[in-house]
Amino acid sequence: MANKYKEILVKPIIAENPITLQILGICSALAVTSNLTVTLIMCVALTSVVSLSNLFISIIRNHIPSSVRIIVQMTIIASLVIVVDELLKAYDYETSKKLSVFVGLIITNCIVMGRAEAFAMKEKPFPSFIDGLGNGLGYSFILIVVAVIRELFGAGTLMGVEIFPLVSNGGWYPANNLLLLPPSSFIIIGLLIWVIRVFNKEQVEEKDFSLSKHDVSPNYEKREINV
Amino acid sequence: MFEHYLNIFLTTVFIENIALSVFLGMCTFIAISKKIDAAFGLGIAVIVVCLITVPLNNFIYNNVLREGALAWAGLPEANLQFVGLISYIGVIAAAVQILEMFLDKFVPALYNALGVFLPLITVNCAILGASLFMVEKDLKFGESVVYGLGAGVGWAMAIVILAGIREKLKYADIPEGLQGLGITFIIVGLMSFGFMSFGGISL
Repeated sequence: MANKYKEILVKPIIAENPITLQILGICSALAVTSNLTVTLIMCVALTSVVSLSNLFISIIRNHIPSSVRIIVQMTIIASLVIVVDELLKAYDYETSKKLSVFVGLIITNCIVMGRAEAFAMKEKPFPSFIDGLGNGLGYSFILIVVAVIRELFGAGTLMGVEIFPLVSNGGWYPANNLLLLPPSSFIIIGLLIWVIRVFNKEQVEEKDFSLSKHDVSPNYEKREINV
Repeated sequence: MFEHYLNIFLTTVFIENIALSVFLGMCTFIAISKKIDAAFGLGIAVIVVCLITVPLNNFIYNNVLREGALAWAGLPEANLQFVGLISYIGVIAAAVQILEMFLDKFVPALYNALGVFLPLITVNCAILGASLFMVEKDLKFGESVVYGLGAGVGWAMAIVILAGIREKLKYADIPEGLQGLGITFIIVGLMSFGFMSFGGISL
C-alpha cells in the first residue's frame, strides 16, 4: 500500500513530469524564474493549490454532475487561489507585487485543471492529494532548476546572496545578462527536455519524416538507387 | 482620441504581445501549433473570446468590484476586490459556454470549425491574463475593448507564425531527444527574443 503511494508521489517528478512531458503549466514557468526566492514562493503556492484542490474535488467527486463539472472545479480552484493570494498580500507584499498576475493565473494553470480531470475525478481523496503533491513537486523541480541556472549565471547570485563576485563589483565573473531576459527560460527548458529524453528514451517523439541513409560508396550506379 | 486607441492596439499587439512578451496561453500555444489550419482556428476563437470577456470584466470591475463602486447601490464603503478572480473566471466560463451555444444554433459552419477549441479556451491563461492585466492597468471601458482585441490579435498572430515555422521544421533533421517539444521550446524562445526588439519602439 505504501509503495503505491510512493509511486504516485515520485512518478510525476521526472518520469511523467507535467512540464516536460505533459506540456502543462508552462506559462508561469517562464515568467517567474529570474529570481530563486520568487520561484520558491510560486512553487509553494502552486503545490498547495494543486494538492488541496485535488483533495476537495475528490471528496465531492460523486456528487458533481458531469455537465457542469468544469465550473465546479473552477470554483473550488479559484477559491483556493484567492486564499493563497490574500495570504501572500498579507505576509509578503513585496513578492506578491513581483508575481503580479501570476498568482491569479494559477487558476488557469493547466496542471491544476488537468490533474483534477484526470485523477481526482476518479480516485479516492488520499491518493488524489498525493498525486497533487507529486505533480506540484514535479513542476517545482523544473522551475527551481531553471531559476538556479538563470539567477546564478545571469546575476551571479542565489536568493540574493552573492556566489560569483561580478566584474562590475571588482570580482571575476562577467554576468550573462541574456539569461535574465525571460525568453532564455524557453531555451533552458528546451535543453532540459533534451537531457531528460536522452535518459528516458521512451519519451522521444517520432519523426514526421526520416532522411534516407546516405550512401558513401564510390560506385555512382549504386548511389543512384538511393536517390 | 483615435490615435490613443490605435496606440493601445499597436502596443498590445507588438510591444506587449501576450504570447511572446508576457508568456500567457503557452500550453495551448505549444500543444496546438503543429498545423496552420488548427492554429488559425484557435487564434480566431481567442480573438472573439478576448473581445467579449475583457470589456465584460471591465464593466463588472468598474461597476461592482472596485473600491467605492457600489455607491449606486447605497454601499459606498464596499470593496469586493477579493472576489475578483472568481468572478472573472466565472464570466469567462459563462461567456464561452454561451458563445458555444450561440454558434451552434446560428453559425454552425464556424461552430464546426472551432468545435474542439472553444471549451479549451476557458482554461487558456491568455484570456484570464488579459482580464487581469486590464484590471492592473486600470483601463476605461472603451480602452478595454481595444485592449481585448489587441490581446487576441497578438496571440493569434504569434500562434500562426509558430505553426508556419513548425510545418517547415518537419523536414529538418533534428537530434533525437530534441524532436517535437524540445525544439519547439527553443524556437519560441528565439521568436520571443525577436519580439523583444519591438520593445525599444515608443509610440
